[in-house]
Amino acid sequence: MLLKKIYCILSMLVFTSISALAQQTESVDMADAFRADGKIYVVITVVTIILIGLLVYLISLDKKIGKMEKEYNEQN
Amino acid sequence: MRSNTSPYAWWKLLGFVLLIYAAIMGFLGNVPRLAILNETIRNLYFHVPMWFAMTLFLLIACVYSIIFLRTGDLKHDRISVEFTRTGMVFGVLGLLTGMMWAKFTWGTFWTKDPKLNAAAIAMLIYTAYMILRDAIADEDKKARITAVYNIFAFPAFMALIYIMPRLTDSLHPGNGGNPGFSAYDRNAEMNMIFYSAVIGFMLLGTWITTLRIRLRIWADKKDGLIIDSTQHAS
Repeated sequence: MLLKKIYCILSMLVFTSISALAQQTESVDMADAFRADGKIYVVITVVTIILIGLLVYLISLDKKIGKMEKEYNEQN
Repeated sequence: MRSNTSPYAWWKLLGFVLLIYAAIMGFLGNVPRLAILNETIRNLYFHVPMWFAMTLFLLIACVYSIIFLRTGDLKHDRISVEFTRTGMVFGVLGLLTGMMWAKFTWGTFWTKDPKLNAAAIAMLIYTAYMILRDAIADEDKKARITAVYNIFAFPAFMALIYIMPRLTDSLHPGNGGNPGFSAYDRNAEMNMIFYSAVIGFMLLGTWITTLRIRLRIWADKKDGLIIDSTQHAS
């Protein structure tokens, strides 16, 4: 899976220390299967898309307000 | 170096880089396996930064209220009110996300937990601030009176959210004798993701607020409420 590879590389770049905590107590219920399936990458991609969408929207808003300010300053 | 009003100012983009990092690693990173909390411990990266960001915005609002009283410049009043507004938005998000988290760990959306009630009271204090603003017609008087209110509101907010819950019994970590998350289960990796989220949300909120302030001041200049002192040559 391409997504999986991308995130694998990303996390390898980012991780400086990987804790062994996760392996200590296996008895507690965690979403291990969800992670093993690789479906978690779908969730991460969705969240990232939303964040990038927000960023683009905010940039366009910022540009618009900047234009209004410029127009006002030129008029006065 | 791009100016702060540029859509591509470094801190605006940094905020998003940190948020995307926190979103990816927040889901992917290792977390301690704890009973009851289970995977919901990842909410730490998204729920808690709401309150950190809210506190910062309300602090900035309080500082600008003081500056306004010293200068009498309506611009400072606008900065103060818009930061309060963003702070309240983050407060509402903090309450809603907290309720969701509480439902699945403490078993109910709302408990008698002092931190929850204190947060709700703090929100009411700032709601009253907004209503007070609407109640006074004269711009100068409105700005002056609400600036004084805001200066008193912030210490009350701090006492309610951060001090009072520590004195009594609370379900929140770090309160009422409960150890904080950091005491036993927040390792270096979690800290990095957590503080990325905190700073990311702070920068995002600041960006949104500056947009609102610029729009507000633009409108005020058009209405002649704020006279721009920087232009005399043209």
